[in-house]
Amino acid sequence: MPQEFWRWIESRWTAPDKEWRSAKVITAGVDVGSVSSQAVVMTDGELYAYSNMRTGSDSPNSATNAMNRALEGTGLTLDKIQYTVGTGYGRVNVPFSQRAITEIACHGRGANFLYGPTVRTVLDMGGQDCKAIHIDEKGKVTNFLMNDKCAAGTGRGMEVFADLLGISINEIGDLSLKVEEEPPPVSSTCVVFAKSEASGLLREGWPKEKVIAAYSSAMAHRVVSLLERIGVEPDFAITGGIAKNVGVVSRLEKELNIKALTPKYDTQIAGAVGAALFARELVEKGK
Amino acid sequence: MITAGVDIGAKTVKMVILKDGVNIGQALITAGYDVQRSLKEGWKEGLFTAGIEMNQIDRIMATGTGKKEATMAHDQVTEISAAAKGSVFLDKQIRTVIDVGAEEARVIKINAVGRVVDFAINEKCAAGTGAFTEAMARALEVTLEELGPLSLKSTQAVAMNAQCAVFAESELVSLVHAKTPKADMARAVHDAIADRIVSMVRRVGMEKEVLLIGGMAKNVGFVASLKRELETEIFTPDQSEFVSALGAALIAAGK
Amino acid sequence: MIANFGFKDGSGEFFISLDTDKCNGCGDCIPACPGSIFEVRDEDPNDPFREIPVAAVKESERRKIKYTCGLCKPVSDHPPLPCVGACKAGAIAHSW
Ligand code: SF4
Ligand code: SF4
Repeated sequence: MPQEFWRWIESRWTAPDKEWRSAKVITAGVDVGSVSSQAVVMTDGELYAYSNMRTGSDSPNSATNAMNRALEGTGLTLDKIQYTVGTGYGRVNVPFSQRAITEIACHGRGANFLYGPTVRTVLDMGGQDCKAIHIDEKGKVTNFLMNDKCAAGTGRGMEVFADLLGISINEIGDLSLKVEEEPPPVSSTCVVFAKSEASGLLREGWPKEKVIAAYSSAMAHRVVSLLERIGVEPDFAITGGIAKNVGVVSRLEKELNIKALTPKYDTQIAGAVGAALFARELVEKGK
Repeated sequence: MITAGVDIGAKTVKMVILKDGVNIGQALITAGYDVQRSLKEGWKEGLFTAGIEMNQIDRIMATGTGKKEATMAHDQVTEISAAAKGSVFLDKQIRTVIDVGAEEARVIKINAVGRVVDFAINEKCAAGTGAFTEAMARALEVTLEELGPLSLKSTQAVAMNAQCAVFAESELVSLVHAKTPKADMARAVHDAIADRIVSMVRRVGMEKEVLLIGGMAKNVGFVASLKRELETEIFTPDQSEFVSALGAALIAAGK
Repeated sequence: MIANFGFKDGSGEFFISLDTDKCNGCGDCIPACPGSIFEVRDEDPNDPFREIPVAAVKESERRKIKYTCGLCKPVSDHPPLPCVGACKAGAIAHSW
């Protein structure tokens, strides 16, 4: 029974107006997550190219694949990159990196770059964990927590529901908004118990969209309580795969009474961007 | 006097009927999603074995997480009191009761006169309860009944890193792909739950004798893991699932 | 920086927070903890430019602290926690 996790569309991008050949410092960041991997290349501290790919069965290959994809068609090669920082769950397994830095530090830094210096609270909901990070105006982490013990509040939890209902993970967000009236949230936090609760609701004749709405608001509520531990201060940015689920994001915004900043780029690259920025700083400090 | 105790758990409904302190009838029904129907079935069976009618029962006491559903009951009693009462009735030497059900686990400390002095509960997370084994049996593609005996055949301990039932399920799936012997994985599953239960036992402070009740007491693999980790003998009553219902019936009788 | 190590699951929130601005990396928490959950690292992986060592909860322990710390948290009693007491800088706090 092979398990399919996130099936987000893979993406890649190159800056239309930049030329790496004229750059002084070229650095890279690679974020190897449990489900997806991203590679980001920066020229003089600006975004030059990135890719977002699914993580394969081993980290070193996933890192290399993501990097190759980011470099595709640019003429740029690995040996011209002065410094690479690895991050994410597979950070120590990035073969061409010089250093590993946690995703906490990288997400803080990356969010500061992608969303601007006014961001104070960053929520990253990944495939298998959930992070809440408070940063200062420079993107330095001042308070954080990471929950990777429990599947509730992670992409994995949502996946269990997608499987139960037989709908694709990409459609779940939109579907959950198709209810006329918001149902009460699923009462169990635990994914195992929530799933049996949901099976009961389906048997009672609840339509799929109502069940998924009930779960999405339970998930939003749970994440809010995690955020409250570090203190929610605007501006607020959401990164990671769940940022693409409008059903969860809109319920989160409603409960927090804060709008999340709208991303300009793929929400999943924040960690790799932060890593590439640290790489540049490390080059400059001669480390 | 005829009294009855009804214990409505997450997965099963149990009842025990007592006449002057002697068990005259009992029933265990796997609760479907319609608890009222399971209750009706349970009464039918319980009353039949006891050879009595409903109106002959003087007092009914309900317990279990779903105790509110038992509208026919005269009163309710907490799961802790019911489990403690039933356990002490079975054996006066019992000082520590470990109750592991489908969706909850409890550890209760009892003093020499049978009073509850302390307890710890784990609820709302499947990782420390019977629901965990159920999910793992699915991942291993064995039945729940096979899981316990299977783990006794283990020759080597394997480590399981995931603490969550959902992540553990995927971890097992990849271990299956890596051709890890199923017996070793089954043992890892029981060791994992035993770990969590042991930490609860430590929090209340273990005193002998130790009694294990609830549905998980029938799982030989779990019992073996728990014994190994607690480094002590553990008693399991023959009808481990009925202990709380028995306790409720005793309380109904004012015992 | 306040580093919260631990988790939240269906049964509650279990976090140990380390105030890394107060922590000087002395390592007094390590022998004090019967569960051996602390370590001191020369580099803070969450703060790449920090100059001095810092304590953290070991990666392998983070998902289990509710169970491990049960050793120091009997249900009906609230004795002072060894880790909190051992840290002269006052950098350690528990959420539960
Ligand atoms: S609450 Fe459920 S989903 Fe969370 S850790 Fe426990 S078993 Fe896993
Ligand atoms: S409470 Fe005890 S086991 Fe937990 S960190 Fe502190 S000293 Fe260690």
